[in-house]
Order: sequence, then C-alpha cells, then structure tokens
Amino acid sequence: MLDFLKTLVASFQDFLFLAGRSFKNLVRRPHYYDDVFLQMDIIGVGSLPIVALTGGFSGMIIALQMARALNTYGASSQVSSIVTLTLVRELGPVLTALLVAGRNASGIASELGSMKVTEQIDAMRALGTDPVQKLVTPRLTATALMLPCLTVVADAIGLFGAYLIAVPLLHLIDSGAYWSMSWRSLVMNDLAQGLIKPFIFGMIIALVGCYYGLRTTGGTQGVGHATTQAVVAASIWIFFVALLMDKIFVGL
Amino acid sequence: MPNDPASGPILEFEKVSLRYGDSWALRDISLTLNPGETRIIFGAAGSGKTTLLKAVIGLVEVNEGRIRLFGQEVTSLQESQRFGLRSGAGVLFQEGGLFDSLSVGENVQYPLLNRQRGDTETSPEDAEKRVREALRFVELEQTFDKFPAEISGGMRRRVGIARAIVTEPPLVLYDSPTAGLDPITANLIMALVAKERDVRNSASLIVTHRYQDGEIMSDFRYDPEREELLHLNGAADARKRDRTKFIVMKEGQIVFFGTRQDLEKSTDEYVKRFVRHEENHAQ
Ligand SMILES: Nc1ncnc2c1ncn2[C@@H]1O[C@H](COP(=O)(O)OP(=O)(O)OP(=O)(O)O)[C@@H](O)[C@H]1O
Ligand SMILES: [Mg+2]
Repeated sequence: MLDFLKTLVASFQDFLFLAGRSFKNLVRRPHYYDDVFLQMDIIGVGSLPIVALTGGFSGMIIALQMARALNTYGASSQVSSIVTLTLVRELGPVLTALLVAGRNASGIASELGSMKVTEQIDAMRALGTDPVQKLVTPRLTATALMLPCLTVVADAIGLFGAYLIAVPLLHLIDSGAYWSMSWRSLVMNDLAQGLIKPFIFGMIIALVGCYYGLRTTGGTQGVGHATTQAVVAASIWIFFVALLMDKIFVGL
Repeated sequence: MPNDPASGPILEFEKVSLRYGDSWALRDISLTLNPGETRIIFGAAGSGKTTLLKAVIGLVEVNEGRIRLFGQEVTSLQESQRFGLRSGAGVLFQEGGLFDSLSVGENVQYPLLNRQRGDTETSPEDAEKRVREALRFVELEQTFDKFPAEISGGMRRRVGIARAIVTEPPLVLYDSPTAGLDPITANLIMALVAKERDVRNSASLIVTHRYQDGEIMSDFRYDPEREELLHLNGAADARKRDRTKFIVMKEGQIVFFGTRQDLEKSTDEYVKRFVRHEENHAQ
C-alpha cells in the first residue's frame, strides 16, 4: 500500500515535471510550428465529425428529458434556457473533452509510445532534438487551442438538436422565442466557464497522452498498455478538474 | 566537443554503476577507448549492453561513477548541455530508431541539419551531397525518397548506419548491427562497419551476438584500393589487430576483457558461450 502510494506520488511528480518543461518550451526556441498545425489538423479537424454528432444527440436527449420534467411544472417554455445552460456550462465541455480524450489521448500515447519502443525518442535526443520541445509542446498547444473550438461546435449543434425536438417536434415554444431565450439565459460567467474548461481539459489530454507515451516500456505490448492508461487517466482527470472548476465558478 | 586525437582517450568509464529501480543494469564498469580502437561487446540478453551504449552519450543517468567523452564529463552535464557532445558520436540503435515520418533521405540528413542550428557549417546543398555520399557508402542511394516502412530490415539497418556516420563522428556506437539478419546481409553490414573504421579511423563500440562480427573487426582491414576486406596476418599487422578488444558482460558487470586470443583461451563457462558457435546464441 505504501509502495503504491509512493509510485503514485513519484509518477505525479514526473508528470508535473513534464508539464513544467513543456510550458517552459512555449517561450523557448526552436518552435516547431509545422508540428503545431499538423496536430491541430489531426486533433481539431479529425475530431469534428464525432464531436458534432455527439453534440447533436446530447442536445436532443436533454430536450426530450427536460420536456417531460418541465411539463409537470407547466414550465415547458423554459426548455431552451435549461438546455443552453446545461450544454454550455457543463455537458458541452465535458462530453467533448471525453470524446477527444478517447480519440487523441490514446492516439498521442500510442504514437509516442511506438516512438519510444523503437528508440526514435532516444535517436532524437542523440541527434540534438529535445523530444519535449518537438513532440509534447506542439501537441499541448494544438489540443489546448482546438478543444475550445470543438466545444463551441458541440454546443451549437447541441442547441440545434434541442431546437429540433422542442420546436418542430413537440411544439413547446415558437422558434423565435427559443433562440432569444437561449441567448438571454447566458451570462458572461457561463461563457467563460464554457471556454476556460475545455482549454484546461485540452492541456490535460495532451499532457497525459504524452506522459504515458513517453514512459512506455516493454515493446508493442507496452504501447497498448500505455494507450489504455492514458485514456483512463485523462478521463478521470477531466471529471476531477470539472468538479474543482465548478466549485470555483459557482463561488464566483 | 572537438576531439584532438593526440589529447587522450575518446571515452573513459570510471567505476560506473546504474540502477533501474532495485536492480543494477551496470555495476562498477571501467573502460577506456582510444581513437581508432574498437571494442566488441558480448553478453546475454539483459546483461546491460544497450544500457552501456546509452550511458556513453548520456541518454540514461548513471547512479555512480564518471563517464568522460572527448575529455568532457558527460555525467555532470545537464541534458541541454549534452547536445553538443553527442554530435561527436554516431549511434545505430538496436530497435533502429529511424523516424517513421521522415523519408530515408531526410532521416540521414537529420543530424546535419540539426547541427546546423548551432553552427552554420553545412549549407542545404552541401548537406544533400553528404547524405547521398553516406547512402552510397551503405550502397543504398536508390532508397533516398522511400520511407523506412517501405524497405527491408537489413536495408533499414544500413540506413541507420548511414545516419550514424553522416557527420563523420570520431566515435560510432553500434547496437546489434547484425541481429536478426541472414548471414549474407550480416556480413555485408560488418564489412561496412570495418570499412567505416578503416577509411576514417573512427573509434567504435559494437554490441553483437555473433562471434564472427568480432572476428571480422579484429582480423580484417578494409583495403580502399581493392575495395574489399583483407585478412590481417603476420607480425606487421599485430598492432592493427590489437586495436580490437573484446568485452563480455554478465548481469551488468564486465567479466572478460582482452584480445581475441585471450577470449578463445578463456575457460570460464559463461565467457565460452560467446566463442565460435555464434548462431546458438542469436537473441
Ligand atoms: N527503461 C528501463 N527501465 C527498467 N529497466 C530497464 C530499462 N531498460 C533496461 N532495463 C533493464 O536493464 C537490464 C539491462 O538491459 P539492456 O537493454 O542494457 O540489456 P542488453 O544487454 O542490451 O540486452 P539485449 O541483448 O536483449 O539487447 C535488463 O535487465 C533490463 O530489463
Ligand atoms: Mg540491447
């Protein structure tokens, strides 16, 4: 038990060390802009379809569930503000982050993991390239920038999905009222939450993926292991940090 | 970083020990390598051969002892300060270490361009010329635009050699250059390794499982005129033969050090396993 805690603390320390180094590299040369754009394409554009699809379905599901609940209080016209707040504050950021964690924390971990076990990471260091600068920092930048964008897309499509349920299907409210209530229900705090959360989740996803990838040992089997661990760890961290941030923002 | 051959050994290990967790991967290793010399390193799987090579250029951190490379103490430098020192050593990694995302040409060019960030010694045209030369050296010029995944294992090994020697380093580290290859390809690769040593008089550490690889390095020399390996015999060549010494590792320790004659005379059961009947011990 004590050993387990020790390794846990030690690996968290390693993780913070990696995070520290990759942040420091943000302001140090050389900058690998090509890699940043490549990763933005892989992470951002690549995740767009699944994020859009999931956003749309979640919007529809929330609208359906809320419609029933609100009906019992005779408040079904509130559907638009409820859907908006749930999506923008919480569900949009967390769902998108979980999807991107499943898709990219694993992708990053397996890519860096295979590079580790085929000694490409060692080769980089031997040839004068800092792997953190070349591999981790671009992935960190790209994920932290793309996740807020993806979240906005998920939110928007979610709202549209909810609209399809609430207006044409169930006739709870008319179209103009739906959109104006949705817009009015948002305050600055909600928007800030909705964008800062994915920004932080993005960093977590990239760093966790890189961390597990870079410490892969034990051949191809090790790569599979690292991939699974990265997804599990990133997901847990996302929930944990979401909770922490809710505490902070609710206090605001 | 620049090495003056007259100024002493290229590489020195002084009582080096290294631990992974609770187990020792290197224990009390001392060795010296002078310019132009070769060390053949034998040892069972897991005996610490790869770890030893990685320690040379500071890819792993030692727990005890000191390592001096080109007269500078690697073990007391920070990672960022080691980059300059590392450019003096070429490495062929056991698992290849070729970058999948780069073509063969770009892989071989990588050490040149990367060095360029520091000093402006190679122009892009010059770099390409040197890349082609290095690829011609390993007889693979035609693969310039291919990707590592598109060529055979033996060819990848040779591209790895080209990348290791393209900067003409005074020290080359070869980790299992012939492992998993058929005898013909393996001999071809060893001929290249010997040629590199004799054309440029570079020092080398060679980890291998094949006894023959050691024989080639110690008993042959490359003749640039006839473009082939010639057997070293007679007293005149004795000094040339002495440049190659053998190391046998066991559980992180050096259990044998000496010439090929010494090795063949050894009565130690473990050491005897690495003599002659090479194929039995492959991997
Ligand atoms: N990154 C690592 N973490 C933990 N242990 C390691 C690590 N790398 C190597 N080891 C251990 O250190 C010891 C020496 O490993 P090394 O790779 O140097 O062996 P080797 O002589 O090169 O073997 P092989 O002939 O199979 O290549 C082994 O017991 C290995 O399990
Ligand atoms: Mg090895």
